[in-house]
Amino acid sequence: MSELLLDVQNVTVEYPGHGFRGNPFRALHSVSVDVHRGECVGLVGESGSGKTTLGRAVLGLAPVTDGQVLFRGEDIAHASRTDRRRLASDIQVVFQDPYTSLNPSLTVEQILSEPLDVRKVPRSESSKRIKDLFDMVRLPADAGNRLPREFSGGQRQRIAIARALALQPALIVCDEPVSALDLSTQARVLELFKDIQEQTQVAYLFVSHDLEVVRHISHRVAVMYRGEIVEFGDGDQVTSRPQHPYTQRLFFAAPVADPKAQARRREERRQLLAAQNA
Amino acid sequence: MISPAHTTDPEIVVAPRDASKVSLFRRVLRNPLAVASMGFLAIAVITALFAHFLAPHDPNTAVIQNVLAPPNSENLLGADGAGRDVLSRLIFGAQFSLAGALVALLTSMIIGVSGGLLAGYFGKWIDTAWTWVISLMMALPTIIVLLAARAVVGPSLWLSMLIFGVMLSPAFFRLVYASVTAVRNELYVDAARVSGLGDGRIIAVHILSVVRAPIVIQSAIVGGIALAVQSGLEFLGLGDINVPTWGSMLSDGFTNLYTSPMLILWPALAIGLTLISLTLLANSLRDELERSNAPRKQRRKAKAPAATEAEAPSEIIRHEESGAPDGEVVLEVTNLSVGYPSPDGGLKKVVHDVSLTVRRGEVHGLVGESGSGKTQTAWSILRLLPEGGKIVGGSIHFQGRDLAKVSERDMQKIRGRSIAYIPQEPMSNLDPSFTIGSQLVEPMQIQLGISAKEAKERALSLLARVGIPHPERTFAAYPHEVSGGMAQRVLIAGAISCNPDLLIADEPTTALDVTVQAEVLDLLRDLQKEFRMAVVLVTHNFGVVADLCDRVSVMRLGRIVETGPTEPIFESPRHPYTQELLGAILSEAEPRGPLVTAGNSASPSPKGAVR
Repeated sequence: MSELLLDVQNVTVEYPGHGFRGNPFRALHSVSVDVHRGECVGLVGESGSGKTTLGRAVLGLAPVTDGQVLFRGEDIAHASRTDRRRLASDIQVVFQDPYTSLNPSLTVEQILSEPLDVRKVPRSESSKRIKDLFDMVRLPADAGNRLPREFSGGQRQRIAIARALALQPALIVCDEPVSALDLSTQARVLELFKDIQEQTQVAYLFVSHDLEVVRHISHRVAVMYRGEIVEFGDGDQVTSRPQHPYTQRLFFAAPVADPKAQARRREERRQLLAAQNA
Repeated sequence: MISPAHTTDPEIVVAPRDASKVSLFRRVLRNPLAVASMGFLAIAVITALFAHFLAPHDPNTAVIQNVLAPPNSENLLGADGAGRDVLSRLIFGAQFSLAGALVALLTSMIIGVSGGLLAGYFGKWIDTAWTWVISLMMALPTIIVLLAARAVVGPSLWLSMLIFGVMLSPAFFRLVYASVTAVRNELYVDAARVSGLGDGRIIAVHILSVVRAPIVIQSAIVGGIALAVQSGLEFLGLGDINVPTWGSMLSDGFTNLYTSPMLILWPALAIGLTLISLTLLANSLRDELERSNAPRKQRRKAKAPAATEAEAPSEIIRHEESGAPDGEVVLEVTNLSVGYPSPDGGLKKVVHDVSLTVRRGEVHGLVGESGSGKTQTAWSILRLLPEGGKIVGGSIHFQGRDLAKVSERDMQKIRGRSIAYIPQEPMSNLDPSFTIGSQLVEPMQIQLGISAKEAKERALSLLARVGIPHPERTFAAYPHEVSGGMAQRVLIAGAISCNPDLLIADEPTTALDVTVQAEVLDLLRDLQKEFRMAVVLVTHNFGVVADLCDRVSVMRLGRIVETGPTEPIFESPRHPYTQELLGAILSEAEPRGPLVTAGNSASPSPKGAVR
């Protein structure tokens, strides 16, 4: 087993309620998950299950009210702004929407050099690094002086991946990075994620609502439901032979792209629901 | 399976360079009104800067024999009621009037912009404190504050403009505050935070760039207001008599209006032209800013149905029927073409020669990626194409009529009655200000001509039919009180309320969670069987096609590339594009399997557990 990188222990996230003494909204209830070096852990769940909140808690963008987020043994749940800035070279993010995650008024080169500039990387070195990044995410080398709006969704997501890789992080939180993409683009971007992981040994916390996507990219999979992890284990096992009733419902609800197999699955789903409701 | 070959990645072809990258300033230079107003402002500013060299006389030296002198070689524009040279006063007036306005402008800008940035970006108590202070300022009557200040500190141009600037700062505060709160939660600001950027840098790079242009425009407006109010105060004689300003000249001219009417003309002209220039400049800046946003929107709209004219019309692959198709033909689309006007005056076709036949009781899937023209085809059957779009060829035969040609009045009778529609976004298709019940009842009353009571009964039974657990409660609820899945059930109930013959469903489950999607698909299947409707189902999801469709047409770049019964297409797709799409589906791909590390290949699931 490789080095333990991220260890989320019993994390609870509560958002303050609206108005005076409004009830706080609890988005995560005592959630635990761990990610090792070079590993991809998939977080799957439906809207409101808390999967995105867990990713944001790791990034320091959601208020952790209880529990610990250990990164290389250090609790970062309540890291100060200065500590966060230091952590930026270790933990990075790729967001879902490639249209709003890139500042529309900056060129691609400015977007990519921003994290490098903050670390006072010399100009010559940073432009070499950007060239390598273009290579890594398979964008043409002349993409640098263009604006994000000149690129398609898949290309923008590649730019976002390049930005995440700029500081050579150990962990990237991927928040639904392929959900907004077309089917064939989605497959290519997923391949890119896999290739980069094999090259650089970066770890992914990969958030998605799509069981197939998660199964394809993840070594281990955690299933979230109403702010809790209901099943966590080997990716193949969780996504092909789910044990928890909710994961089973999720599994049989996703239609397969084969009329005969789908007819079978529909029947299986009906029987499962009948059995679960009985 | 996913092909490992990336070398011929079609995505990598980058779009041609964007022409709208030209800076705002340079685009404004193309606007003649803006150039003229900038020219006048430049002259005024230069005059103000070099007043000492330009003015022939001292502006405050009164020569008694020159009182109200007409224009002559000594005093080119004559002299005022105190015998001072009008031209010199006009030139120095530019200096003091503009400087006064600038003091007010800078004061309000510094307070308003920094306050707006701090309050908008950091929120919490900073936000509360600033909002209180700004609200307090807005509640104070500005003129009374200025008069009170004059009573206390005496007539001072600079001090009164400073106070006026403070009073004007809400104009900037509200503008910046609104922009910053909108940008603060943008994903790129989050991404910058994760990149380790400090707050100062985030504000400077990501937030100021958004508010910069509105600030420039607001400055022109606020500068004009400051000049106008300052002139007003001076005109009322509340200014410092030792400071020559346009306002005090106006006051002097007014006193001598009957003896020397020209005196009021010059300062009025100077003030008027400056104000007009500032306003015109602000307007043209705003226009340019909006114009630079507009083509982007247009491009995106045009991009969605991105089809190319150049694409050669390849053969449509048709799969053979297993038996003779039965059932009457409900919809027959023949060689349908849809086009949008392009900026160069031509026509950009987004749907090319699409033909499809849908029989009673049959579900026909239109499947393709974004920009394939599938939604455009569905919209043209409903005759609900977005602005500019029109059917440029072919026919849509439905119940013996060509929908491509019927009048809009007739179309209104057909829509909702014989052709129903289920949209992609259930929430945005329900009006938030009416109850769900009223939105179901009204169309039924109009289309079926039944009473309100009957319509309500029917609506309740429909809500029960589409699987809503408490029809009465949902009937009385507003759209925001139900979930997305429930809202989609409501829309389905509305769609079937008039027993339509044809149902157009545009990505009906795309916005829903997968477990809800399965329920809605079940519901659609049951209803379709029960009502024997013909259905056109637009989707990008092959799983949905496999679940629901009898026949399927695969679309690419505005054309149908392959069509036929669902099973043979899934079993043996013949068109390379269909093969590619089916190949990209992940469900058939291998799972990744456990992480294997050097020296230890055991399955690492130390915490793997089911709760």
